[in-house]
Amino acid sequence: MKFVDEYRGEAEASRFLDAIRGTLTRPRTVMEICGGQTHTLVKSGIDRMLPEELSVVHGPGCPVCVTPLEQIDRAIAIARRPEVIFTSFGDMLRVPGSDDDLLGIKAAGGDVRMVYSPLDAVKLAQANPERQVVFFAVGFETTAPPNAMAVWQARALGVENFSIVCSHVLVPPAIDAILSSPENRVEGFLAAGHVCTVMGTREYAPIADRHRVPIVVTGFEPLDLLQGIWMTLCALEEGRYGVENQYTRVVRPEGNRHARAVVEQLFEVCDRRWRGIGTIPESGLRLRPEFGSFDAEKRFEVGDIVTEESPLCIAGQILQGVAKPSACSQFGTGCTPEHPLGAPMVSSEGACAAYHRYGRVT
Amino acid sequence: MCLAVPGKVIEAAENPLGMTMGTVDFGGIRKEVCLAWVPEVEVGDYVLVHVGFAIGTIDEEEARAVFETLREMGDLEGLELADPEAP
Repeated sequence: MKFVDEYRGEAEASRFLDAIRGTLTRPRTVMEICGGQTHTLVKSGIDRMLPEELSVVHGPGCPVCVTPLEQIDRAIAIARRPEVIFTSFGDMLRVPGSDDDLLGIKAAGGDVRMVYSPLDAVKLAQANPERQVVFFAVGFETTAPPNAMAVWQARALGVENFSIVCSHVLVPPAIDAILSSPENRVEGFLAAGHVCTVMGTREYAPIADRHRVPIVVTGFEPLDLLQGIWMTLCALEEGRYGVENQYTRVVRPEGNRHARAVVEQLFEVCDRRWRGIGTIPESGLRLRPEFGSFDAEKRFEVGDIVTEESPLCIAGQILQGVAKPSACSQFGTGCTPEHPLGAPMVSSEGACAAYHRYGRVT
Repeated sequence: MCLAVPGKVIEAAENPLGMTMGTVDFGGIRKEVCLAWVPEVEVGDYVLVHVGFAIGTIDEEEARAVFETLREMGDLEGLELADPEAP
């Protein structure tokens, strides 16, 4: 595939690995904050090829993983209702709630369906006017425009039997929170290339300046990650900080203003709880009051939810990059992709799922 | 979910809501994609697609930048580098 295969060459990867080894003079810790990047690092084996003194840790780059347990339980309660067709992206279906998951609801006779695009959920609502179609709108800034467009389209078409459970999170406040933590050891960041395709690179500059760290906007193919890591390392070794762009074939400093315009129209920034981390101010999105009727959590009263996290799941530490999945006592034994204790083992962007799938047991 | 895939725009037209929709080819697989956010795109251009929406275009010149950097890094004799121009 064009613009994909060329970035997977072994010869080129070796060249970047040599450059990384040649540049590194002391132990360094760099964080990537996108599940897609986590998976490439592990799948391609880059994590095993990097010098030991260079620690690449995985941040909370998995929007499914950071969705609060109460919200998953509320989504499950909504999905149980007979009039509801509950739709979501694939990996949300097996995230464990306090006592069940969406796929379990489906197995018990509930109408739960996977969709590829949020627009498919709107089409379902049009095709089933006597039912209520609910879409689990999860994601970072990359997915906010598509999810906003679905609500916009529903309103424009007069589709009233459509609503969303909104679980949207923003990356820059998370980076800020991690860097502000007294225990922080991260010295540089790889910023998520597809988030920045939409948002541009400018909002990272104040963070880089405030904390004096290099932030390199990085793509998702093996060569992208190697180059992004190398660029971060060069900045650290040379004592430079600020924002750089490795993913120039796609990311422009101004991002995509058309995509951002529809998000601005439908959503507003709000405080948000991140599962395993806590509340990060102004780190989430919610529907604006004028679109409040599309909020499924308001439309359906689901009563009081008592949540129960597995006491054995260390997702919080995984998501903050302070523990690796292989260090968890349950990894591969009590917690597997088939029987997950927490979200990072289920989500296609979760670090635990990546480590398990590609055999990182120690 | 930040998975986004590059694909080639095969056709484009406005739908009844005034939204530009198109067909994008991903190495042989074709899907319907919303092109509303890449108004400058033409048939034959490459776009980056996320959950059925084009979120950006791929700059073919910048796509070579990674390989320019590798060349500049020094002695590359004997290394056969990938050619981004190849189909």
